Amino acid sequence: MPSAKHTGWRLFFDAARARAYPRIWGAMREPSWIFFEIFIPLINAAAFVYLYRALHAPEAYVGFVILGATMAAYWLNVLWMMASQLYWDKQSGFLELYILSPASLMAILFGMGVGGMFMTTLRAGTIAIVGTLLFGVQLDGSQWGLATLVFLVAMYALYGLGMLLSSVFLMWGREAWQVAMALTEPVFFLTGLNFPLSKLFATIPAALTLVSALVPVSFGLDALRQLLFPGQIVGVLSPGLELGLLAVMGSAFVVAAYLMLRRMEWLARVEARLSLRWQ
Amino acid sequence: MLDTQDTYAPHAPDRVATPLPGAASSAATPSPVSRLHSAIRNPQSAIAAIRTENVSRIYKVRGEKATKGAKAQPLTALGGVTLRVEQGELFGLLGPNGAGKTTLIKILTTLLAPSGGLCYVDGLDVVKEADEVRRRINMVSGGETSGFGILTVRENLWMFSQFYGVPTKEAYARIDELLKIVELDDKANTRVSSLSTGQRQRMNFCRGFVTDPKVLFLDEPTLGLDVHAGRIVRDFTRDWMRQDPTRTVLLTTHYMAEADELCDRIAIIDHGAVLACDTPSNLKRQLQTQPVFAIRAAGVGPAQLAALGHAPGVQRVTGEPAADGAGYRLKFILDDEAAIGAVVTALTAVQGRILGLQKEEPTLEDVFLKLVGRSLTPAEGEA
Repeated sequence: MPSAKHTGWRLFFDAARARAYPRIWGAMREPSWIFFEIFIPLINAAAFVYLYRALHAPEAYVGFVILGATMAAYWLNVLWMMASQLYWDKQSGFLELYILSPASLMAILFGMGVGGMFMTTLRAGTIAIVGTLLFGVQLDGSQWGLATLVFLVAMYALYGLGMLLSSVFLMWGREAWQVAMALTEPVFFLTGLNFPLSKLFATIPAALTLVSALVPVSFGLDALRQLLFPGQIVGVLSPGLELGLLAVMGSAFVVAAYLMLRRMEWLARVEARLSLRWQ
Repeated sequence: MLDTQDTYAPHAPDRVATPLPGAASSAATPSPVSRLHSAIRNPQSAIAAIRTENVSRIYKVRGEKATKGAKAQPLTALGGVTLRVEQGELFGLLGPNGAGKTTLIKILTTLLAPSGGLCYVDGLDVVKEADEVRRRINMVSGGETSGFGILTVRENLWMFSQFYGVPTKEAYARIDELLKIVELDDKANTRVSSLSTGQRQRMNFCRGFVTDPKVLFLDEPTLGLDVHAGRIVRDFTRDWMRQDPTRTVLLTTHYMAEADELCDRIAIIDHGAVLACDTPSNLKRQLQTQPVFAIRAAGVGPAQLAALGHAPGVQRVTGEPAADGAGYRLKFILDDEAAIGAVVTALTAVQGRILGLQKEEPTLEDVFLKLVGRSLTPAEGEA
């Protein structure tokens, strides 16, 4: 006699765990990521490090760059492995299987997010450690507790944004790839991955600062730099305020993602966007 | 329409049997036979596994499918389908490409909203109660994308079972059992990326059963399988239904023999409408008054089919090269046996030379040909 199937939150976490599984264990089976996702970002960061040193910039800038390279790994993961994923799943036919099942798409996305975050943490952590040792970065660990909290809340907001973007990308369909491509480099610039955010905010129009603020990497990185390099950077806002804004943004993104997914699923059923891959 | 006087023999070869006992004579667990008859007599008496009432679906063709500059045209995929599939039935849906089979399945599996009409699965409205419907169903499509190539077969099946909340221990037990049945147990720990197409399809087949659905939709499940694997899949489907009389399967297939062998009832669908719905034996019986002749001839081909189709007394004719390469194989459905003379005359007129002639018992393919006007698997030409 078969036992009862799980429902409710148990089903949510079953589905999320299952969807995280290929991201965690599957990725472990392809060691090529060590080269492509650690070595290449480190080379990119090294270019900025040598540039700042050539310009005799304060040594803290080297730390800013390494921290930026670390956060870039998360942004790329969110953009390519979260935001674009449902669209690719639709193209490959997986999306139909997800929707056919009683698991919610939020559970699937949550699983993607957790799995992606886990693997990206391995990559980002390696970048941070190797970069710090290689370039002799001096971190101040006196506020590690708050820094950890800022990092976790920034991740919550960032992956919440990823969930929201995934449903938006699904709506845009064929343009998802181009949108992801178009967002990569501008976001590197707008979030101040390789320089202090306050310097950027002092020069760009107010509308662009708003766009920048909506990407959680911006305030997350700015707050972390203030906490790990105290006295060596002028932040846009205080770390506490940035932490609060990130928490609010994260919750707003998650709620918006839920509503968008419901709307997307309904539209997809009415307009046959799930069934007809050319739609 | 169903004929209450006719035999209904679930999970068994069609038989022209003695009248069936009524529902009252059934045991405590009513058989699919008695349930079906009960439902026929009183349609409201039991919850059907699947029930549709005048379901329609109209697509609005847009994007590159529509002519640029022109207003997008609506495309009617389903034009008012009414069906009732009882619990315990293995129900077949036959139709050529574009007939509306997949659209109907997608509506029933909550992937697509109907443009009109009502649709129920296990008594639940597929539009308003989609979440509840999903707990009770699963679907396997032939040629569908297999799981993640980086995961093993066992891991992939476990992953999909978790989307249905199957407890892990139970999921693994079912997976191991299913893989053994489809003879894929030696590949359980092989990455999906290393499997052949047929092996992937067998894995997909297991995915549909691992969640133990009440209603299973099999959309061309044996597509791409070799003869042996196809046999395994058919045998297992039948055994699976025998194990629990409340299980229901809706099957679409291009293989007439498969539908004939497996299905309790069959609906023939074309251009979004149901043309006939009955047991395979009853459908074939419709043609018993119309003789079917197979003629092997030389000197004829697709170009002559139209002329042959216009011979007096010919209802339908199809043709294909003979399997052994000797001549062209023609199949005629005639008004009566006397019309064979006109066929021979017509063949002579198109310079054809008869190599062999045989009267055949009607098959499901013949029924399909008569109703739809063309073969399910079109050969070189039909008339």
